[in-house]
Amino acid sequence: MNAKPRLNIGAVRSSFAPWADPLAKPLVRFDQVTKRFGGETAVDAVSLDIYEGEFFALLGPSGCGKTTLMRMLAGFEEPDAGRITLAGQDLAGQPPHLRPVNMMFQSYALFPHLSVAQNIAFGLRQQKRPKDEVAARVDEMLALVRLEGLAHRKPHQLSGGQRQRVALARAIAPKPKMLLLDEPLGALDRKLREETQFELMALQQRLGMTFLIVTHDQEEAMITADRIAVMRAGQLAQIGRPAEVYEAPNSRYVADFIGDVNLFEARVTEDDGDIIRLASPEAPGGLEAIEDDEVPVGSTAWLAVRPEKMRVHLDPPPPGPNRLEGQVADIGYLGDWTTYLVELPGGRTIRAARANASRVVDRPVDWDDKVWLTFAPDSAVVLTR
Amino acid sequence: MRRGPSPFNIAAITLGMGFLYLPIVLLVIYSFNDSRLVTVWGGFSTRWYASLFQNQQLLAAAWVTLRVAFVSATLATILGALAALGLVRAGRFRGRTLFSSMTYAPLVMPEVILGLSLLLLFVSVGLPRGFWTVTIAHTTLTLCYATVVVQARLVSFDEALEEAARDLGAPPWKAFVLVTLPNIAPAVAAAWMLAFTLSLDDLVIASFTTGPGATTLPIRIYSAVRLGVSPEINAISTLLIGLVATGVIAVYLLNMRRRTAGA
Repeated sequence: MNAKPRLNIGAVRSSFAPWADPLAKPLVRFDQVTKRFGGETAVDAVSLDIYEGEFFALLGPSGCGKTTLMRMLAGFEEPDAGRITLAGQDLAGQPPHLRPVNMMFQSYALFPHLSVAQNIAFGLRQQKRPKDEVAARVDEMLALVRLEGLAHRKPHQLSGGQRQRVALARAIAPKPKMLLLDEPLGALDRKLREETQFELMALQQRLGMTFLIVTHDQEEAMITADRIAVMRAGQLAQIGRPAEVYEAPNSRYVADFIGDVNLFEARVTEDDGDIIRLASPEAPGGLEAIEDDEVPVGSTAWLAVRPEKMRVHLDPPPPGPNRLEGQVADIGYLGDWTTYLVELPGGRTIRAARANASRVVDRPVDWDDKVWLTFAPDSAVVLTR
Repeated sequence: MRRGPSPFNIAAITLGMGFLYLPIVLLVIYSFNDSRLVTVWGGFSTRWYASLFQNQQLLAAAWVTLRVAFVSATLATILGALAALGLVRAGRFRGRTLFSSMTYAPLVMPEVILGLSLLLLFVSVGLPRGFWTVTIAHTTLTLCYATVVVQARLVSFDEALEEAARDLGAPPWKAFVLVTLPNIAPAVAAAWMLAFTLSLDDLVIASFTTGPGATTLPIRIYSAVRLGVSPEINAISTLLIGLVATGVIAVYLLNMRRRTAGA
C-alpha cells in the first residue's frame, strides 16, 4: 500500500503527508464500515483515515460504494457495522443536520425558489447567526466564487458553471469541518472542468479545509487530490498519492482503472533482490523489472507497462530483455500525444504513446510498419494479483 | 406549405366548440332574460340576479355548498399530499402497489356506488346525515384527485434538495417546510382548486349523503328544475359556471408558472 522505500515514485514531491506520521490524529476515521442494501453489500468493511487539511478522493466506477461511503459520513445512510468518527467523536445516530460536514451535491441541489444569496445564506440561517454576520459571510462567499453581481438571480437564470459555484459557496459558507463533493464537476464541459479542477485545488489550499471528493473520473482525482482511494466492489483496492497509485499500482485492477496499461502474463524465473526476471512467450528476450517486493520464483505474475513508457523503434534495437516486436495496426493522433497500437505476433495489441515534442519528425511511423518496442526495467511494475 | 388552418379545421373546431359550449352560452344568455318564460327572449335584464339574492333557499344552498367545498377540499388536499408523500418517498414497502392503485380506485368508481357505500357506512355507524357527512363524502371523492396532482409534482421533485437543506443544518420538518413545500406549493394549490370545483358541482354523492339542513346547490337546482325551470336557476348556474371557470383557469395558470419556474 505504501510507497516503496527505495524508488522515488512519480514526478511530484510534496512535504504534506500527515498519513505518514504515526502520531497524527485523523479528522475522519472509517473503522470496518459496512453497509448493505437488501442483499447487496455496497461498502464492505472499509477502514480509512482522512487527515485535517487533506484533499482526499474516492475513485471508482459507478456502483463501487464510493457515494455510499460519503453519504454515511454526511449522515444520509447509517452503517450496518463499523464506526465512523469525526474529530474523535462517534457519529453513530447523529442526523445530517447536526453533523459539522457539508456536502456539494452532484445535481447541485440549489433551492430553485431562493436567490443565489438566499441559497448561500441557508446554512448560516440554520445556525441562527446574526443578520449582519450572515450578510457579511454571503458577500465574502460571493467574492470567493466570483459571483458578486449575481446575488439576486434565481438558480434557473445561471449557467452550469455558475450554478456549480453557488453550490460550492453554499456548502462552504457555514464553515464545515469538512466539505464533501459528490461528482462536483460531472455536469461541466471539458474545458470548464479542467479550469474548475485547478480552482478547487486553489480554494482548498486557501481555506485549509478538508475536502473529500467522490468521482469516477481518474483525471479529476489525480489533479485535485493529495491522496486517492481506489475502490472496487465496496472495498478499497489501494490508497496512495496520485503518483503512487499511477506508478506503483498494487493490482491489475488499479493499474487498468487508472490510465492505460499493457499487461504481460509471465512466469517469474529469477529474483535477485533488485531485479525480477520473468519469462513470457510474447518477449523472446525475457522481461525485467526493478522491484523491491519479493515475488516467489516459479509463480505467475503480471508485468504492467504504461504506454508512454514504451519506446517505439523503426530499426531493430540490440537483442535483450524488455524487447517486443510487432506491426503497427493503428495510429491515434491526439495533437499532444500519438498513440500507436502495435500488434504482436501472438495477435495481442500493445499500446505505445509518444509525446509530440517536436513539430517535425524525421521518420514518421506509418501504418503496417514493422516496429520494436522497448522499455526500461524501472518503468515496469510486477503485479501478483 | 399552407399558412393557417384549413377550412376543414375551422369547421371541425367550430362544430366541436359549439357542441361543447352552445348549451352553456345559451344558459348564460337566458340568465339575462327579462321574460318569466325561460324559452322566450324578452329583452336584457339583471332582474333574476336581483331576485336570486332575495331567494333565501337558493342562497342558503349556495352557502352550504361553498362551506362543504372549502372544508372537503382542504381536508382532501392535506390527506392527498400526505398520501402522495408516502407513495413517492417511502420507497418500496410491502403493499405499495396495492396502496397506490387503491388510492386511484375512486377515480374510476361510479359515483352512484361511492355515494351508496358512503350512505351505508354513515347509517351503520349511526352518523346523522348533514353537513359533515357530505363533507366527508366529498373528501373521499376528491382525495384521489389531490393525490394524483401532488404525486405528479413530487415525482419530478429532486429529493437531493431536501437532503441539501438537512445537510445545511435544517431538521427534517424544517427542510420540508422551507424547501419541499415551497416547491410543491403550486401543485398543492392546484390540487385544492380541483378538489374545490369537484365538490362544488357534485350532485350524485351529495344527494346520497346529505340530510336535513344541508341541501347543496346542485341538489337544490336539480329539485327546482323538476318543478319547472325558473330564470333564477339560470342566474345562479351562471354564477356557478363563473366560479368553476375561475378555478380551472387558476389551476391552469399555476401549472404554467410551475413549468416555467421549475426548469
